[in-house]
Amino acid sequence: MPGAIYAEGLVKTFGDVRALDGVDLDVPEGTVLGLLGPNGAGKTTTVRCLTTLLRPDSGKAVVAGIDVLKQPNEVRRSIGLSGQFAAVDEYLTGRENLHMVGQLYQMRSKQAKVRAVELLEQFHLTDAADRPAKTYSGGMRRRLDLAAALVVSPPVMFMDEPTTGLDPRNRQQLWEVIKDLVSGGTTLLLTTQYLEEADHLAHEIAVVDQGRVIARGTADQLKARTGGERVEVVVHEREHIETASEVLRGFGKGDTTVEQHTRKLTVPVTGGAKLLAEVIRELDTRGIEIDDIGLRRPTLDDVFLSLTGHHAEADDQENGTDEDAKGRKGKKDDKEAAK
Amino acid sequence: MSAVTDAVRTAAPGGSFGQSVRDSLVVAKRNLIRMTRIPEMILFGLIQPVMFVVLFTYVFGGSMQIGDTTNPDVYKNFLMAGIFAQTVTFATAGAGAGIADDMHKGLIDRFRSLPMARGAVLTGRTVADLVQTALTLLVLAMVALLVGWRPGSMEPTNFGKIMGGFGLLLLLGYAFTWIGALIGLSVRTPEAATSGGLIWLFPVTFLSNAFVDSSKMTPWLRHIADWNPFSATVQACRKLFGDPGLSTSGAWPMQHPVWASLIYSILIVVIFRTLAVRKYRSAAA
Repeated sequence: MPGAIYAEGLVKTFGDVRALDGVDLDVPEGTVLGLLGPNGAGKTTTVRCLTTLLRPDSGKAVVAGIDVLKQPNEVRRSIGLSGQFAAVDEYLTGRENLHMVGQLYQMRSKQAKVRAVELLEQFHLTDAADRPAKTYSGGMRRRLDLAAALVVSPPVMFMDEPTTGLDPRNRQQLWEVIKDLVSGGTTLLLTTQYLEEADHLAHEIAVVDQGRVIARGTADQLKARTGGERVEVVVHEREHIETASEVLRGFGKGDTTVEQHTRKLTVPVTGGAKLLAEVIRELDTRGIEIDDIGLRRPTLDDVFLSLTGHHAEADDQENGTDEDAKGRKGKKDDKEAAK
Repeated sequence: MSAVTDAVRTAAPGGSFGQSVRDSLVVAKRNLIRMTRIPEMILFGLIQPVMFVVLFTYVFGGSMQIGDTTNPDVYKNFLMAGIFAQTVTFATAGAGAGIADDMHKGLIDRFRSLPMARGAVLTGRTVADLVQTALTLLVLAMVALLVGWRPGSMEPTNFGKIMGGFGLLLLLGYAFTWIGALIGLSVRTPEAATSGGLIWLFPVTFLSNAFVDSSKMTPWLRHIADWNPFSATVQACRKLFGDPGLSTSGAWPMQHPVWASLIYSILIVVIFRTLAVRKYRSAAA
């Protein structure tokens, strides 16, 4: 039986660019799927197809048991959408926004009002309820946005980069809110450029690149793909790289990689902290001065790098903050994809 | 949780007519609230037509020939219907910019993800603009009376006819906001929608009988002016207001201006509403 969110072979082209090149997804009810990838990977386009905003050229999509292409309006009753592009009206107060969204979800005016009060309470916005959303901080606005997506307590939620551009404290807060939400049984599809976020919130992660899901699994499964832990050494003198490389070869379980300009050497190992101590002693014996040394467990960024051949972070820094500065631009991801 | 979901009315998918009306009113209310929060928009919308009334009346007033007179009082009474009509068409730019802004900020996507009637976002916007247009017209009519506009200066008229004239003006303005809606959905930025909504209005409103006696134009221009939908409403208003300077052209819209105005405006609504709603459904991507 297909899950609460199911997609098969989704294809979407913009001009001659294939933004989605056959995306398959299956999210079991009550779980969180993290859609991870850099800008332009096709994350937003996927969400837009699943939330009826965009019609895929081909493929199949079922959300909450309803065929997205055949009964889009039925799907709209069962989903909540929040994130970079589904915004709130900045000239309306928080209360007015939620009241309006409730009414447009076809609630009666009075019920929509009661629900707005509940949500404002739940998202700690009661004090700001009667101020235009324009005056809200970034974190408050995201909370309002999330509240708007929850007006009818939909069984399936989509969040497109919910924390992009938030400071760490606000991000933490929003994570707590999202965790509470999914503990209540909501199925959630979340897109993010933050590997940490996917690791933190998602039961399963699908890595997307160039319109395809290139890998999927739990965070641990994906990490295991890069071959476990590694020792990383930064030597002080460039001429010591050679000798250090020799030392590491002795301890390593694979090839040592060397970054000349940063004087950084990396080697996969097994043996943990005990082995690290031995490496340090050996380097010391050979008289190699080191600036930094550590045992690194693979992050999802490493996973990404090994899967795609490029870093996820680079894109994140270029576009993530830029995006926030410009405000939320709905078509951003699609435009990126169209380049 | 389920109590909330149960409270959702189980309307037919796609929506009944009742749902359309209800959703449109919700969106219209939202747009009207916005207008009260940005009062400078209403103010700027008023300054321009008032300026036109004053400038045209006093600068052009003495040198314009209407029929066979250059009496400034005649021109003043001739002019007002033209200014009123031009003012209501300028609502096009506001509607376009508003919708482009909603697209830009992601509000259109929010609306499109909700189980609401398809045309309601646009209808709500155009209805809110209609309210603003009515307010603008009210102020403008008072200014016109202040500078010396006297309905019935040429032909007798009555309150009903005058209201009928304003009704036609509102209908024209409403029709034009649907053109604005289509423009707003078709451009990339609100700025483009503002200029794109205005530029073509100048030829449309000037190649007409609004500010000059069109019988004095070169024949080919006169034909354009006679058949211009905009001219029909102006002529209809002059007729209903009892203002001077009715075109004596034999063209059908000039002979039956009230009908022509009604037909033109309704046609514009039907055509542009259809195009705009279709565009909306596939918008934003």
